[in-house]
Amino acid sequence: MSDARAIGEVILAVESISLAFGGVQALSNISFDVREHEIRAIIGPNGAGKSSMLNVINGVYHPQQGTIHFKGEKRHRMEPHKVASQGVARTFQNIALFKGMSVLDNLMTGRNLMMKTGILSQALYWGATQREELKHRERVEEIIDFLEIQSIRKTPVGRLPYGLQKRVELGRALAAEPTLLLLDEPMAGMNVEEKQDMCRFVLDVNEEFGTTIVLIEHDMGVVMDISDRVVVLDYGKKIGDGVPDEVRSNQAVIDAYLGVQH
Amino acid sequence: MGPLIEVVLGGLMAGVLYSLVALGFVLIYKASGVFNFAQGAMVLFAALAFARFSEKMPMPVAFVLAMGVMVLMAWLVERLVLRSLVNQEGIILFLATFGITYFIEGLGQLIFGSDIYPIDLGLPKEPKIILEDTFQGGILINIDDLLAAAVAGALVLSLALFFQKTGTGRALRAVADDHQAAQSVGIPLNRIWVIVWSVSGFVALVAGIVWGSKLGVQFSLALVALKAIPVVILGGFTSVPGAIVGGLIIGVGEKLAEVYLGPIIGGGLENWFAYGLALVFLMVRPEGLFGERHIDRV
Repeated sequence: MSDARAIGEVILAVESISLAFGGVQALSNISFDVREHEIRAIIGPNGAGKSSMLNVINGVYHPQQGTIHFKGEKRHRMEPHKVASQGVARTFQNIALFKGMSVLDNLMTGRNLMMKTGILSQALYWGATQREELKHRERVEEIIDFLEIQSIRKTPVGRLPYGLQKRVELGRALAAEPTLLLLDEPMAGMNVEEKQDMCRFVLDVNEEFGTTIVLIEHDMGVVMDISDRVVVLDYGKKIGDGVPDEVRSNQAVIDAYLGVQH
Repeated sequence: MGPLIEVVLGGLMAGVLYSLVALGFVLIYKASGVFNFAQGAMVLFAALAFARFSEKMPMPVAFVLAMGVMVLMAWLVERLVLRSLVNQEGIILFLATFGITYFIEGLGQLIFGSDIYPIDLGLPKEPKIILEDTFQGGILINIDDLLAAAVAGALVLSLALFFQKTGTGRALRAVADDHQAAQSVGIPLNRIWVIVWSVSGFVALVAGIVWGSKLGVQFSLALVALKAIPVVILGGFTSVPGAIVGGLIIGVGEKLAEVYLGPIIGGGLENWFAYGLALVFLMVRPEGLFGERHIDRV
């Protein structure tokens, strides 16, 4: 399966990242890389620092130490909206959609970065603005088709069941046409059928658009099935890194998950 | 019939003025989820700036300059207050606007003085009598009232379109809904806040000029803004058209109540009628006439 996508060069390199909140060391000295077009999973028990890692990549947290190279360029302290403008989109563990807005509007916010016309011309709704809006709308409709959510297009997101909200959140991230997609537990709280759907979408995104994906997931079956390489964190430290089979047989990983006898 | 229509018209005109102030509340609430208590103070500040500038220069220049002052204020509010409060609870931001209120009121009077300043837009002040043939005695209307109504109508129409139809409008709504999510899709929170405070500064300026030309620019303008609170409760915190309809209902309602109920239960009804109506609405329909219904999955 992975042959079709031709995994490329390193696109994101995380080097010696350390992050502390007051006295709590959330991440210590974490390094790993993500290659173009691959699906990279971050796993680990609760509190291992997985979401913190994603938040560092995304620019929500600023680590005390370490560097991040994205597309070969060293990244300096950056706010989330700047990171987004470099082509990084994400979803959240606890869905963060705009609940009062329709599915369509939520997806359209994902296109926000690509809108070129200025505020003034938008305020006047000049021809150029109108054409631009239509162009983006077209792309958003394609994503709606792709995620099979045509029937809920105009529904306010707050009214949708959990599984569908997760799907809409993925759609909003896709609308930005990201090169790197960060998914924080995309399958948490889903039933088997919803999980299968979500797996299919993640794989399709990866294959059809060539999007590089970093995902956090608790369902080991899913992780081992869909990811190319896996990073394992425990108490803020990296304890394993490699293809799924390597990680599965790594003693430190097994200990972290099953506990060790002292 | 004549007197009734006159009362209703008078109410509508007063209502338009309430709406103008209410609009400022709704804008900031819609676009940042903050109830901006400082809106009244902004009306006062903008009106003071315009009144004092127009003493020394032609009115259009004074208007542009006053608008510049409001944009500067928006930028300072974002830079000094809101930026440090990203992702905080609504109540924290609300209390911050209390601080802003008193600061702006003080600053405005410090810079521009605390007397009563007139604003003369050069409109005919004497009321006109129309429809003399239809009703006995005709109906009295004021030209400046009509103009205020037209201005309010135009403002509402353009703002409603701006919010619903444009990318920036959508970004504003997105920020109101969820700061973090908005940032993750690349919406620059800081710039959005400056925009929205500037727009509501613009609305405050228009409201200040219209009010100021009727009452003179004085401290009580800041208090008039309190009348806009029942208006937004009635119309819904998130609805631009709601601010208008709410303002009209309250304007007409309080005038009718004063004239027809006043003699029965005693005068002074006009002062508390709006708040009573708002209280009833809070119990029956807390999201207001046009507000977004709040839906929570359990």
